[in-house]
Amino acid sequence: MKTRIFVTLKNGVLDPQGKAIHHSIEGLGFSGVHDVRAGRLIEIEHEPSVSKSDLETMCTKLLANMVIENFEIEQA
Amino acid sequence: MRAAVIQFPGSNCDRDMAVAIRDITGAETTLVWHRAGDLPDGLDLIAIPGGFSYGDYLRSGAMAARSPVMQAVIKAAERGVSVLGVCNGFQILTEAGLLPGALMRNAGIRFVCRTVGLTVENNSSAFTRGYSTGEQVQIPVAHHDGNYFADSDTLDRLEGEGRVAFRYTENVNGSARNIAGVLNAGGNVLGMMPHPERMTEAVHGGSDGRRLFEGLLRQIA
Repeated sequence: MKTRIFVTLKNGVLDPQGKAIHHSIEGLGFSGVHDVRAGRLIEIEHEPSVSKSDLETMCTKLLANMVIENFEIEQA
Repeated sequence: MRAAVIQFPGSNCDRDMAVAIRDITGAETTLVWHRAGDLPDGLDLIAIPGGFSYGDYLRSGAMAARSPVMQAVIKAAERGVSVLGVCNGFQILTEAGLLPGALMRNAGIRFVCRTVGLTVENNSSAFTRGYSTGEQVQIPVAHHDGNYFADSDTLDRLEGEGRVAFRYTENVNGSARNIAGVLNAGGNVLGMMPHPERMTEAVHGGSDGRRLFEGLLRQIA
């Protein structure tokens, strides 16, 4: 089975990458875009025996840096 | 004095660091590969060098922080062995939980590679005793992810406990409160983005980095 993990910056943490993307979007002529925040999508193929709590542990131990990031686990 | 420099795939300042330690302190200095489960016996200093360990995949320092050798480094740090992390080494120490905070992408997006001014904020640690508090020194930086972040409570605590070792004299990368280097609670672990090992001989354009190693030698010897 496949699980998608979304890692995003916490609110209040400055995102220079998102800012640069925002500037580029404006440079392309799009208006009305208020803010852009960039994150990371990690797809994990695994046996059903890998539990939700295993996945959470993977997130807190490695996939996300809990000082600056949050994660969301999406199971198909 | 005995020292080890840890090498990860992608480290590129390991030899510079080893040469600086050996030449300045005379320490017997061993290069230790990241797969090692044990460190050499009787170490006084462990240096985590700069570079791009594991290609900076996932986050700078994230993979290296979970490598076998870092478990041994964490144990050594708990025993009071001095641990110096420079640049990618600083990123690895925060990812490993030995130092608070995180190093994020530079606020200006660009890689910054130049000599910068630093203020020595606290000269009571083994690493900074070769300097005077308030002294300004010139040390080069070369990084993309040097933007120090911690929540304001953590920053206040660091400042209150005298754990900010170095501060930039200008805004280099967007770091919170211009912090360039921090100490752990025990004062035996220092992480800093600037490269003292690149400023140790007149031929480097200055030798302000030299006193960091001289201070360590005085402390340990």
